[in-house]
Amino acid sequence: MREISTNLVTNAVERLCIRAASDLPFNVEELIQKSIQTEESPLAKEILGKILENAEYARNNNLPICQDTGIACLFVEIGQELTITGGVLSEAINEGVRRGYKKAYLRKSVAKDPLFDRSNTEDNTPAIISYTSVPGDRMHIKLLPKGGGSENCGAVKMLRPADGIDGVKEFLLQSVIEAGGKPCPPIIIGIGIGATLNHSALLAKRALCRPLGSHNNNPNYAKLEQEILDEINRTGIGPQGLGGRTTALAVQIEYRPTHIACLPVAVDINCHANRYKEVTI
Amino acid sequence: MGENTKKITLPISEAEVRKLKAGDTVSITGVVYTARDMAHKYIIEGLLAKGSLPMDVKGQAIYYTGSTPAIPGQIIGSCGPGSGYRMDPYAPFLIEQGLRIMIGKGPINKTVIEAMKKHGAVYLAAIGGTGAIIARTVKKAEVVAYENLGPDAILRLEVENFTSIVAIDSNGNNLYAEAISKFGQ
Repeated sequence: MREISTNLVTNAVERLCIRAASDLPFNVEELIQKSIQTEESPLAKEILGKILENAEYARNNNLPICQDTGIACLFVEIGQELTITGGVLSEAINEGVRRGYKKAYLRKSVAKDPLFDRSNTEDNTPAIISYTSVPGDRMHIKLLPKGGGSENCGAVKMLRPADGIDGVKEFLLQSVIEAGGKPCPPIIIGIGIGATLNHSALLAKRALCRPLGSHNNNPNYAKLEQEILDEINRTGIGPQGLGGRTTALAVQIEYRPTHIACLPVAVDINCHANRYKEVTI
Repeated sequence: MGENTKKITLPISEAEVRKLKAGDTVSITGVVYTARDMAHKYIIEGLLAKGSLPMDVKGQAIYYTGSTPAIPGQIIGSCGPGSGYRMDPYAPFLIEQGLRIMIGKGPINKTVIEAMKKHGAVYLAAIGGTGAIIARTVKKAEVVAYENLGPDAILRLEVENFTSIVAIDSNGNNLYAEAISKFGQ
């Protein structure tokens, strides 16, 4: 068994929070750059140019790309041959979030109670943490700080198996059209198909952490990703919802076996500031 | 943005605001107030209970932003726009009180647009997710009310050449509504 201390985890999470806020993964900018060339609307081109200028300025000056530095969503894979000492893992992760958001002057965006007390917890905790156990003796942490504007545009639907591919496409397209300019297009779309109600949503969020522009290993799903992306970019919603060709930069699907009677589909929309960072300890 | 940028200074008259057309790019100089969900809730509760507002909105602009904390030495942190539709339940009350400009991102509902047409107001879109460069246009920031709301407190911002796009004008012309019919294939 390999042993690591919770301090190591806290420090790693702190660094991820700080880096994610100002350092957008480069492939987002590459996809925007590419879309400027095919964009028809002059206003849309200008908007995309401003988004690129902002991403570069934020990175060079260590400033948050967006004022909504998100609720911290973490995917933690723990090797079965790893022992964690020095405290409770979830507390160590939350401490990392607390320190990172304070140190880098990031916005604290967590309300204590969704309905009866919406006051701010003032340290951006609790984080939303999802654990899975994997072979080996390492820990892998992915952080996706998720903004509220795009989070509000997500949806889950329990389709009938008979609805099939067309049903899935129709639901996704409707969700994106309904979202319109709200989630700050150009958007990145994470989709979870299969499993159960709750797990499909988790798959959708996890899909947002995949390297942008990568395709699902299953050729059926890779083809579906491309078809959905093309359809979405034909809607005309455009950057910021003000019209144009560039509505989505990427569509990423994750799937899982499901119940014989079910066809769950979840869509998790992210804004162009698709911030994520990962680390292996 | 654009060579056809219209410069406006705040406060602004009804006549001036009615000259702004959907699709225009505007550059704002003057005072804008920030307010979002909880601040709007408090403002409207105060207005209905006492008939007073924490700031005079006549001829003014409200910017839907909740900035990151300022790093020491800076005026304000990143301060891009938040979603306008979340203020739909509140915006018509403020438009009736003389508010002329709302700055946010994304579409808003028909009730707000009807109030804009009736009283003379516009909805401007700043570019969501560009808060770092927008912060450069803020020259002064101070808390006006509800400091306990942290990032959602009402701030008085003095801005210079704050650029945004007229997304919905006072005739109800609406770039969001036109996007799909104009660019859809």
